[in-house]
Amino acid sequence: MVGIVIVSHSWKIAEGVCDLAREMAQGYDKIIPAGGLEDGSTGTDAQRIADAIVEADTGSGVVILADIGSAIMSAESAIEILEDEGREINAVIADAPIVEGAVCAVVEAAGGGSVDSVLTAAEESREASKL
Amino acid sequence: MQGGIYKCLSMIAERITANKDFLTELDREIGDSDHGINMARGFQAVMEKLSPDDTDIGATLKKTGMTLLSKVGGASGPLYGTAYMEAGKITAGKTELTPEDMKAVLEAAIAGIQKRGKAVRGEKTMLDAIIPAAETFSAKIAEGSDMAGALEAACESAKEGVEYTKTIIATKGRASYLGERSIGHQDPGATSAMITLEAIRDFMKGA
Repeated sequence: MVGIVIVSHSWKIAEGVCDLAREMAQGYDKIIPAGGLEDGSTGTDAQRIADAIVEADTGSGVVILADIGSAIMSAESAIEILEDEGREINAVIADAPIVEGAVCAVVEAAGGGSVDSVLTAAEESREASKL
Repeated sequence: MQGGIYKCLSMIAERITANKDFLTELDREIGDSDHGINMARGFQAVMEKLSPDDTDIGATLKKTGMTLLSKVGGASGPLYGTAYMEAGKITAGKTELTPEDMKAVLEAAIAGIQKRGKAVRGEKTMLDAIIPAAETFSAKIAEGSDMAGALEAACESAKEGVEYTKTIIATKGRASYLGERSIGHQDPGATSAMITLEAIRDFMKGA
């Protein structure tokens, strides 16, 4: 089953997005938050993201959704940390909003989708009109 | 490198910490007011991780990079973190650097920043200080200058680069939201890059 990592500057946002998305797929527990810094302050931490990727991976790969500013750069750094450690995890970053993207990604992942289809589901959420 | 990489990084950490409020003030003008706070927090964590027993330059730079990736919090974390990591990769096992090695370190750091930030020169970023500095350093050692002399000249170029950032519009990062209003302000990232180079220069001089 494909894992999902939610990266936010705020741990509250990361945890909240995970809570919300889990409601869409009861029993799916591979959506892992990576929010804020270790001490709880605002920011992104590549090591925390790397740890979350490892936790989310079951061997089928991981899709990462990240919020603003440094979140994408920290997620890219996290993937490189894991590569440097010699871990072979197929981790990809979605170009998607984290709330809508996470909900769509969880539904696809819980349904047994591949990394590519989960990535697509997350990215297609950008097109969903709200009004 | 007399005194070794630990001493050099201690001097960088000291200068960054001493300029914490100044860097934050620069970032208040055109960013999100956290550059000095983030960099000081990152380097405080670096100094907690390092000890005078760290003599392998590559391993120490890598440890520094990993810590910055984790502890800085803002965009400068992955940017400086990647710069130190890339510099560490090409200096593995070394305990001193020749001017040629230093040239390679600067180039690797620049390549790391560009890989991560996807920026080029002229976008009001740390690259506007570090690229001209690296170019001057290379030119000086090609002329036969020693490490101290080449770093002295490189820091002059970094300073000019910081001045240049006052004249241009930011197109990367938070400052890009300000558009033309970013003109007149020097870039905080370019400033911290200059401070870093000056600390290395002063370390090499034995100051």
